[in-house]
Amino acid sequence: MATLNSQIPAGPLSDKWEKHKFSSKLINPANKRKYKVIVVGAGLAGASASATLAELGYEVHNFVFHDSPRRAHSVAAQGGINAAKNYQNDGDSVHRLFYDTIKGGDYRAREANVHRLAEVSVNIIDQCAAQGVPFAREYGGLLDNRSFGGAQVSRTFYARGQTGQQLLLGAYSALNKMIGAGGIKSYTHSEMLDLVVVDGHAKGIIVRNLQTGEITRHSADAVVLATGGYGNVYNLSTYARGSNVTASWRAYKRGACFGNPCYTQIHPTCIPVSGDYQSKLTLMSESLRNDGRIWVPKRKEDCKKSPADIAEGDRDYYLERMYSAFGNLAPRDVASRAAKYVCDEGRGIGETGLGVYLDFGDSIRRLGEGKVRERYGNLFAMYHEITNEDAYKTPMRIYPAVHYTMGGLWVDYNLMSNIPGLFVLGEANFSDHGANRLGASALMQGLSDGYFVLPSTITTYLANVKAGGRPATDRAEFQQAEEEVRNFTRRVTSNNGKRSPDSFHKQLGKIMWDYCGMARTETGLQKAIQLIGDLREEFRTTVKVLGEPNGLNQSLEKAGRVADFIELGELMCRDALMREESCGGHFREEYQYTPNDPEVQQGVVNTGDVKRRDDQFAFVAAWEYAGAPDKAPILNKEPLIYEEVKMSTRSYK
Amino acid sequence: MKVSLKVWRQKNANAAGEFKTYASPELNPNMSFLEMLDVVNEELSSQGEEPIAFDHDCREGICGTCSLVIDGKPHGPHKGVATCQTYMRSFSNGDQIVIEPWRAKAFPIVKDLVCDRKAFDRIQQAGGFISVRTGSAPDANSIPVSKENADLAMDAAQCIGCGACVAACKNASAMLFVSAKVSHLGLMPQGQPERYKRVKAMVDQMDTEGFGACTVTGSCEAVCPKEISLDFIARMNRDYAVSLIQGDPKQVAGGGAG
Repeated sequence: MATLNSQIPAGPLSDKWEKHKFSSKLINPANKRKYKVIVVGAGLAGASASATLAELGYEVHNFVFHDSPRRAHSVAAQGGINAAKNYQNDGDSVHRLFYDTIKGGDYRAREANVHRLAEVSVNIIDQCAAQGVPFAREYGGLLDNRSFGGAQVSRTFYARGQTGQQLLLGAYSALNKMIGAGGIKSYTHSEMLDLVVVDGHAKGIIVRNLQTGEITRHSADAVVLATGGYGNVYNLSTYARGSNVTASWRAYKRGACFGNPCYTQIHPTCIPVSGDYQSKLTLMSESLRNDGRIWVPKRKEDCKKSPADIAEGDRDYYLERMYSAFGNLAPRDVASRAAKYVCDEGRGIGETGLGVYLDFGDSIRRLGEGKVRERYGNLFAMYHEITNEDAYKTPMRIYPAVHYTMGGLWVDYNLMSNIPGLFVLGEANFSDHGANRLGASALMQGLSDGYFVLPSTITTYLANVKAGGRPATDRAEFQQAEEEVRNFTRRVTSNNGKRSPDSFHKQLGKIMWDYCGMARTETGLQKAIQLIGDLREEFRTTVKVLGEPNGLNQSLEKAGRVADFIELGELMCRDALMREESCGGHFREEYQYTPNDPEVQQGVVNTGDVKRRDDQFAFVAAWEYAGAPDKAPILNKEPLIYEEVKMSTRSYK
Repeated sequence: MKVSLKVWRQKNANAAGEFKTYASPELNPNMSFLEMLDVVNEELSSQGEEPIAFDHDCREGICGTCSLVIDGKPHGPHKGVATCQTYMRSFSNGDQIVIEPWRAKAFPIVKDLVCDRKAFDRIQQAGGFISVRTGSAPDANSIPVSKENADLAMDAAQCIGCGACVAACKNASAMLFVSAKVSHLGLMPQGQPERYKRVKAMVDQMDTEGFGACTVTGSCEAVCPKEISLDFIARMNRDYAVSLIQGDPKQVAGGGAG
């Protein structure tokens, strides 16, 4: 069994981070340059961490599989970034952001981590504004805010519909500044294919250069993974096609525990699937829910009618009806499941019947088309480009899609995994969002981890590492790891099979969406585990990669990533099967409120809302690799102890 | 619908390339252009032919990874969108579509339709930033920015770094890209202290990378998926002229606090 110590500092919640920083060891500035840190990934978390560590004086080596560090999928976040600035004077505070995030996560996140996130949020906005991020402004020149999914205050900062790109360009500019200054060595087209562990500590990585096929070894005093989430296990998702779990998964297979893998977020406002050729789903920012109203016809027989022909009285604005306080702004998991229910009832719209309307008619009447265009023009244009429909004239069609993974590698309060020296940041770790993430909080966590948390906590580890003592890359551990990478390549390029990696990815995605998607059951998950086990075996014997390994070979890249997704998919199903409760994004059909429950009769929750079982499942599930893909993984539990907040039934009525 | 593709295939940077023609399988007009290539590649794989290499990632027009010159036009037939946001309904049954990589001295071809755009990164490493250390920033609202300037800076900052401007230009000039970066930071009060040093460093690096000169034909603006305006080139030229007049900053003699 792995040893899990969350390292949460003692003392009152609001003092923990300050006290922790003070009690952490420091490293003399002259000694910092003797430590080399590898950072994998250059999204918000990876770029901000690399830049900040280099500013502090560490020797940083940054690796990305993209052709430029600016391409990471943080770039695609549309809506915004939360911060408890209370610039709007509407009652926001660090404590309120903390509380909203804990509640939004359905009481499955660590209190101490979330409080730190809320504290640091205010510094992030300062940092980004100083870098020149062109946030939206009011006429007086000060920063504008809007309210965002799940929040009743306006604490979201934004840059048109492309906040992610602008924040990433800010972090990328900080990275560039330090590359230019010689503090960071940047490796592009470089995919991490294994973690090297020496004497129990993470001390290096094995990398394949995607342009030349060259495989190289890199040693360091610490390794930081900021490699994003794993939603592409579903094949169809809002992730970039290249997003993958490989870095995290190879670390898992070297002993790092994987926390809460089944916690996935299904985003309520995406463009519906149109055919089996589809390669990705496109998100429409949920900021649209501020001014759009979601509805389906009250009667099944109206579903195929043009929306203009359905009278106001025949429309069911189901979120406003079911959740009167939050209405169309209900949290993502609640809104997604509600869409699934109305479609399951046969009231879905569009060709496939898997869609609901997001209607701007009222807002256009109230604000005028010009104002709506100013707020969402680029999103409407994007919608038009994909669907050939004009959302100023007819309602958008939307449906939920996989969007984010709250699970990830297990880390302690210092963001260090159970392998000493291995740190995990941003979406790649499991730590801050519990079972469900609030809108505009992913950007906040990525930058919090990278700019402010890791640069402080990593010294706790490095101060106990002998400067200049990192291992040479000719050690047996490096040789062995490299050999395993080469073996995989040899196998998939010399197989006698015929199937492409893509065809396996599609098949896996369908299993995951059907059995481990928005609603999960014991029998379904057991079936999925069986199917994925068969798929893994079929992949091993019949996948075929064409072309040479010594050069750019996109099929070879996919083969490695799909192999890891297949194994991860099985672990997610095992986690979902073990978690016999519903919470946040994890919905087990056996555990939902029924009309007989007192909470429903008292009007606190709706029939069909998630039913948590705090007495049995208030823990982080940290799964440990058992040494082979067909051996059942080992479950470690980290209890979640709440000192400040009382776990209660999450109500958005 | 079905189309035929005339595609540039090139094994690696040093090999000679050639056009090859492939017939597509049955397509759906609602497919994206890249999904069409996925389907063609799946078919090529099943026939034992190596799939066509092409760059792509987010497939929603924001990461700047996808490229492709489609029938002679970077990012295809439509204005203001990237290749990944181009749909097959823009083509007709039976069309022959010619697909080429970006072609520019500063963007060497890696394989098939993939080129190397690291030159863009190096231009930004030369000066495309505001030097602010993490932790040293003042409160965000202590630096007001007029809405007009913030909006204009945002117009420039929308650049996704795809390189279509270079691919469209007969001189393979990177002026639109560099001017967007220079203008974004130069329009913000935070960017003023390094404004002229920045433009000088970035333009010098642009020239070093082998990008051509600008003759203001405007083909870059016409193909830009974010519709970045040519006006930014004029703005950059002004800043560059000022930087030349100012000259290099005086060297400050060394010395300590004693």
